[in-house]
Amino acid sequence: MRYLPLDDADRADMLAKIGVKAIDDLFADVPNAKLLKSLPPLAKTQSEIAVEREIGRLSARNVSAGSVPFFVGAGAYRHHVPASVDHLIQRSEFLTSYTPYQPEITQGTLQYLFEFQSQVALLTGMDVANASMYDGSTACGEAVLMAHRITRRKKAVLSGGLHPHYRAVTETLAKWGDTAVAELPPDPQGKEDAAAAIDGETSCVVVQYPSVYGSIRDLKPIADAAHAKGALLVVVVTEVVALGALKSPGDMGADIVVCEGQSIGNGLNFGGPYVGLFATREKFVRQMPGRLAGETVDAEGKRGYVLTLSTREQHIRREKATSNICTNSGLCALAFTIHMTLLGEAGLRKLAALNHANACDLAERLGKVKGVSVLNDTFFNEFTVRLPGKAADVIEKLAERHILGGVPVSRLEPDHPELADLILVASTEINTDDDRAAFAAALKEVL
Amino acid sequence: MAMNTQGRPTAPGTATIAEIQTFTGNRGLDHEEPLIFEIGDTGRTGVDLPAAPKAKSRLGGLERSAEIGLPGLTEPETMRHYVRLSRKNYAIDSGLYPLGSCTMKHNPRLNEKMARLPGIGDIHPLQPQSTVQGAIQLMETLARYLMELTGMPAVALSPKAGAHGELCGMLAIKAAHEAKGSKRDVVLVPDSAHGTNPATAAFMGYRVKSIPAMADGTVSAEAVKAALGPDVAAIMLTNPNTCGLFEREIVEIAKVVHEAGAYFYCDGANFNAIVGKVRPGDLGVDAMHINLHKTFSTPHGGGGPGAGPVVLSAALAPYAPLPFIRKDGDKLTLVEDASEAGDAAPFGRLTAFHGQMGMYVRALTYMLSHGSDGMRQASEDAVLSANYIRASLKDVMSQPFGGPTGDRPCMHEVLFDDTWLKDTGVTTLDFAKAMIDEGYHPMTMYFPLVVHGAMLIEPTESESKQSLDQFIGTLRFLANEARHGNDKSRFKEAPMLSPRRRLDETKAAREPRLRWRPAAAKAAAE
Ligand SMILES: Cc1ncc(COP(=O)(O)O)c(C=O)c1O
Repeated sequence: MRYLPLDDADRADMLAKIGVKAIDDLFADVPNAKLLKSLPPLAKTQSEIAVEREIGRLSARNVSAGSVPFFVGAGAYRHHVPASVDHLIQRSEFLTSYTPYQPEITQGTLQYLFEFQSQVALLTGMDVANASMYDGSTACGEAVLMAHRITRRKKAVLSGGLHPHYRAVTETLAKWGDTAVAELPPDPQGKEDAAAAIDGETSCVVVQYPSVYGSIRDLKPIADAAHAKGALLVVVVTEVVALGALKSPGDMGADIVVCEGQSIGNGLNFGGPYVGLFATREKFVRQMPGRLAGETVDAEGKRGYVLTLSTREQHIRREKATSNICTNSGLCALAFTIHMTLLGEAGLRKLAALNHANACDLAERLGKVKGVSVLNDTFFNEFTVRLPGKAADVIEKLAERHILGGVPVSRLEPDHPELADLILVASTEINTDDDRAAFAAALKEVL
Repeated sequence: MAMNTQGRPTAPGTATIAEIQTFTGNRGLDHEEPLIFEIGDTGRTGVDLPAAPKAKSRLGGLERSAEIGLPGLTEPETMRHYVRLSRKNYAIDSGLYPLGSCTMKHNPRLNEKMARLPGIGDIHPLQPQSTVQGAIQLMETLARYLMELTGMPAVALSPKAGAHGELCGMLAIKAAHEAKGSKRDVVLVPDSAHGTNPATAAFMGYRVKSIPAMADGTVSAEAVKAALGPDVAAIMLTNPNTCGLFEREIVEIAKVVHEAGAYFYCDGANFNAIVGKVRPGDLGVDAMHINLHKTFSTPHGGGGPGAGPVVLSAALAPYAPLPFIRKDGDKLTLVEDASEAGDAAPFGRLTAFHGQMGMYVRALTYMLSHGSDGMRQASEDAVLSANYIRASLKDVMSQPFGGPTGDRPCMHEVLFDDTWLKDTGVTTLDFAKAMIDEGYHPMTMYFPLVVHGAMLIEPTESESKQSLDQFIGTLRFLANEARHGNDKSRFKEAPMLSPRRRLDETKAAREPRLRWRPAAAKAAAE
């Protein structure tokens, strides 16, 4: 087997050194009746050629985003990732190292985490950010729990503009953790009054910016309303590229900002691995979940970095930890920080402008198709379209015509038949004029 | 010591390494690398994009005006920055990485190649399911492999890491109790457990009750029985445990747990010891997470991402979270909403979308490559290698649970304590840091907490015998120096040869600097 360096002669020598006769003598603590007498009924060792063929066959049965005009978003976006990003994250020293528990020999990881945290803090307009969470949705759930700890209250108000999956994750934690959520109804028009739902029991109000339906609202009034009642504002961003064009949540009074960072540096990967960004104000840092890299000096006074404030974490605090998270999304955070460094502020702003312009163009084209209307007044690179009929069927028909035309809202909100004629449509920098024209033409055909 | 075969001797100078001061601060291949904030600026970029066509803004008047402050670098500068950083890291590809409980095995590069196939890496979780049947098939195949290897009838794939899997399994347990109308609020956790176990239980509102281990490092059914009661919802037990031992009373433990109406959550972080040897389902386990980033070789990537699928017993299977796969003849469906769940009673949703596809494909590639025979061989080699290290060091280092002669077999990791360092002035930490100067990543230290000065060594199956012998030789040398050497500076000062010396962690925690700030803001903040 090509991955196993020991051969039978080595094994015999080693058994002799250990002083046992057979390998199973080392499994003596396993109840004898439970030790498997034969191999599991699965295929035996295969060559690289054979495995590549098998996985290749599975891959070939999927329609890849890059092979068709592609407009699917709703929390995961197809952006161009520079070739150097994927090359760098595959450097052995990044790819095959563990969490930086020994800082003297993991300064590479620790420094990029420090840089990552700094970038995330700047982008979100917050004081501090952690070294990543699993993804945006779990970061959202953790943000609510953190708000409960800070305010010593137990009820979160969830905006109807929050991604339904994020809502479901947060709800699941609440349901089984004995806390409460007050959910506002789906808000495709971006008109809800979330402030009205805040009361003296509310720990936080969670809003998405731009909302899952694409609309963009000033968060200052809701931040003020929350703060007036002693609650926090949690802002969720599922498309971080938007923060290259929009005022930061921190500027508008957010207390905790969580983002899905996939858009920068990371591919679609059918939903994971992605990278959760988690940022907050300085005064809340000790209530934060997750790892933190911090600056310090070494024995010779040289600047270096370590994992710090670990007394919040499970390996020190056990049942009193702020979260149970251990493994996070380090390598995805690396991809994020490299891509962000390549972009720089100038590149990020340009990228954001391009996304917005492409989406504006698409909205105009789709709006001209008979029977189709764009719901949004405001949007960044994604918006909601009303169709004359069941959206899920239209999306299937478009797929038959080799166009991946967006997400039917019914897929995310199957319990709301009144939303069954809506689709979410995204256009990023990868789409060409031809792609958008083809989408509009095909839509006209299938309606 | 290798011979110098180059002819010309590399003459040792008189200066010690520490005394040489270079102009740059660099030391040969080890470069001092500034932060991106110190070398980049907001106007520079490494990405050429076309200018956006003029359009009427639809941003609702919320355009960002002030500078963000994000520095950019061109591509060559970017390459250099990150390549230089990378060289300050230890990695499996550069050396043996004996970090106990973390299973730092070889990460096959075919896995990486497969994860980047367009039909795998470039598909969207919400594109029509009719366009991703191959991806769902891949998930289904992985699920089948995991069920076969564990002997369990169901698996929830979506958890994003081991700790997330713990949450998944424990939520299924909570849901099962609730369905029976039983109110229980205590979870039993041995003291030797990984921190995520008690943290997970507490995260869900359970009270944690610790159970003691026997003198031999395992938990007895009797101790479990004594701790059980009508308020106990579950036990969280790691097997093989964090001391590197197989819980020999596990079948009896499962029995008493079930008799008391509780469930058995098994932490499967150490599954690498037993793949193809024994199936957790045959031992009475109700739920167990599998760290694909340990046992099934998906790379740790400096801390993540991972994946933590959870296998479930028939009793817990109905409560598995959304999404899950349903099979209708040839057609595979990902059930994404409770309204479509039919007879199942999913406890909820743990993450957006469907979990860690990028890790599923890597793990499945590993499984197909190894095959059933290769996977069993890998586990046997991992256990063999750990025992070889144990047998080779037992006369110089002390084992807390090695028995009177140190001959008690361990599983895939071997645990030493610091009894043997008594009165030497050298601590576990010093010893670990001295390993760095010898070119090794240290073992896991001070975990499990139940053992004083713990050193947990997990070599994995990826090491050749030469590599193991060199490692053993190094530890024997260091052990001898620690015990009998006159000069302890090799330990107390260690590491001396790494990119950084020991770092001041107290300062880092007392004066937290968690991000870069411009010089002016920094002065103001201090
Ligand atoms: C015994 C044990 N349990 C649980 C975990 C948690 O797994 P993860 O880091 O994947 O969340 C670990 C990993 O460090 C572990 O060693």
